[in-house]
Amino acid sequence: MARTSKPASFEHAHQFETADQQYRAASMGMWVFLVTEIMFFGGLFTGFAVYNSLYGDLFRQASHTLSIVLGSINTAVLIGSSLTMALAVRAGKMGKRGQIFATLIATMILGTVFLGIKAYEYHHKWVDHLIPGTSFAFEGLEGMAEKNIQLFFSFYFVMTGFHALHMVIGMGLMIWLLVKNARHQFSTEYSTPIEMVGLYWHFVDLVWIYLFPILYLIGRHG
Amino acid sequence: MYDSKAEKDYLNADYSIRSWLLTKDHKRIGILYLLGMTFFFLIGGMAAVAFRLELLTPQGDLFLSETYNKLFTIHGIVMIFFFLIPSIPASLGNFLLPIMIGARDLAFPKLNLASWYIYMIGGLFTLAAVVFGGVDTGWTFYTPYSSTYSNSSVMLAALGAFISGFSSILTGLNFIVTVHKMRAPGLTWFRLPLFVWAHYAASLIMVLGTPVVAVTILLVGIERMFKIGIFDPAIGGDPLLFQHLFWFYSHPAVYIMILPSMGVMSEIIPCFSRKRIFGYKFIAFSSLAIAGLGFLVWGHHMFTSSQSPYAGFVFSFLSFLVAVPSAVKVFNWTATLFRGSVSLRAPMIYAVGFLGLFTIGGLTGLFLATLGTDVHLHDTYFVVAHFHYIMVGGAIMGYLGGLHFWWPKMTGRMYSEKYATLAAVMIFIGFNLTFMPQFILGYLGMPRRYHFYPAEFQVLNVLSTAGASVLGLGYLLPIIYFIWSLFYGKKAGNNPWQATGLEWTTASPPPTENFHTTPIVKEGAYAYAEKEYT
Repeated sequence: MARTSKPASFEHAHQFETADQQYRAASMGMWVFLVTEIMFFGGLFTGFAVYNSLYGDLFRQASHTLSIVLGSINTAVLIGSSLTMALAVRAGKMGKRGQIFATLIATMILGTVFLGIKAYEYHHKWVDHLIPGTSFAFEGLEGMAEKNIQLFFSFYFVMTGFHALHMVIGMGLMIWLLVKNARHQFSTEYSTPIEMVGLYWHFVDLVWIYLFPILYLIGRHG
Repeated sequence: MYDSKAEKDYLNADYSIRSWLLTKDHKRIGILYLLGMTFFFLIGGMAAVAFRLELLTPQGDLFLSETYNKLFTIHGIVMIFFFLIPSIPASLGNFLLPIMIGARDLAFPKLNLASWYIYMIGGLFTLAAVVFGGVDTGWTFYTPYSSTYSNSSVMLAALGAFISGFSSILTGLNFIVTVHKMRAPGLTWFRLPLFVWAHYAASLIMVLGTPVVAVTILLVGIERMFKIGIFDPAIGGDPLLFQHLFWFYSHPAVYIMILPSMGVMSEIIPCFSRKRIFGYKFIAFSSLAIAGLGFLVWGHHMFTSSQSPYAGFVFSFLSFLVAVPSAVKVFNWTATLFRGSVSLRAPMIYAVGFLGLFTIGGLTGLFLATLGTDVHLHDTYFVVAHFHYIMVGGAIMGYLGGLHFWWPKMTGRMYSEKYATLAAVMIFIGFNLTFMPQFILGYLGMPRRYHFYPAEFQVLNVLSTAGASVLGLGYLLPIIYFIWSLFYGKKAGNNPWQATGLEWTTASPPPTENFHTTPIVKEGAYAYAEKEYT
């Protein structure tokens, strides 16, 4: 077949009867995977909830050491990246290579901004001796209270750390999509991988939308 | 009829190592799992040989107590995470599920291969833990011992278990999507073999439960590595939080281990009774009920851990409830036997053994689910005997029965019926001799995980070790005669058992694509005639 700018016609994998069956299987597969991710993060949220109920006052104090400005900016950035990702899915369905490229790049840029801000926040925690471990010190607290407040930060780092890891994986998947896109593998007939990565990225966004209030916004009303 | 010698099947399609290690064929992946699991079973078994030898005498004279701790820990970790959890789903399930639903492969064949590699890598980490001095926390990794105080290879073992969890999750995901989206034309849900229902229910558990233990083990590892407190009481952490998170998976995990075995029962019993299964829908729905209720009972592992007594009441009640769907299955299988034409071939010996041993295991679970008696029985050999009756007397008997039932399909060869019968009987006798004394020991108060005990318990311990020897020999026999059958066994033909089910309509061994044309299903499962089949 001559190599033209038109994508090759799509052939479904051998285990499926039709391309539609393949698409429906892929969709269900991604949704089931996202359910497992909910259970994974759910364990962390449960642990956090238990300690928040045990040490509510300390957790409120700890939460106030987080920058609500940076957290809000990050929330907006991530929601924006979900928008660009949704646009990438749309571009995929229209088979527009250029748009797929641009929207995926935009998503990755916004993701990188998010991670950059997080790195800045982590750095400040380090400077302020708020990283749990032997050099942890919380100004104004002593004894058991200073020890207990460490739990907030343990969960802060583990939860945002795993969230960041999932973002990095997501951006790696986007690089994979860019490679496929460069190879003309998407068309109006077939853009399933973009849609599946889109689902994954929206999920990562959703986890942050839960993380932000429970970590940054404890007792901030009034 | 179909001559498998002349045609290409999945085994002779390509003989190169590369074609095996890079296969996407679910049948080959099932065989790869079978080999891996057998290897890990032997490792876990050797640990058992070691500590059963120690327990011949009341004194701790063969091993130091630290070494003894490492032995029972690795026995638990290897047997649970690397043998029982994958056992039937990864070997028989992988092999049979697509064929039973008339498909060419699972929904995601490459993911299936990845699952196997992940499983083997997890196993390697666990073996590394053994090589680097062993782990002594018990397979339950209770904190703060595992997270802070133990000096053994906790990280490696925890990593091994963590990694293998993803193998389980991905297999479950693959099965769920396959059953939903790839059934052959005419194959409605209620025409599916109950083996498929059982694997579907087990897959739900794999997918929902495993991630929770994954993150929990991860937290233990993080706490150990970075010295940040999560379960550390010294900084106000709660060891009980670990237990809740751990058992939230590890209780449903036991249903991952038993449900596929029950699925095997539902295939073997109708075939060797020449009768339609009794109560198909009850068995199908009971699988789902077990999966669902199984998520609600985890606290029965923590009755004595200082959880609130009100939580204890609720978990106790729910634990009684979860016994009901299992009992429903046992009644239905028994009713299937009634007025059937029963032939006690090797698979059926295992099946009938399962019925008795699983019932004993299940009933003794009720004593443990009862708060008052559990206070006395917790952490004694009664618990050990209870779960071995279910996991070995139940799950492993089901696994062996299934292996014997479908061996002709997978390899195209018949095994020696004489040696298979001998092995099945040896296993049954050896098993009971090993674990029945342990019920008595537990009732009399012998605690588990100790390498010494009061002298008056010696006789029962000696009986148990003697039984374990018979059991061990019994397990070695199938390895020998199965391998022998590959070279010298009688050619099996498509359907040596005259069984129903799509897998018996294709060649033995099946061609790589399973069916030359996609089957169209017109009737339900287990369409055995009431009269003798010719």
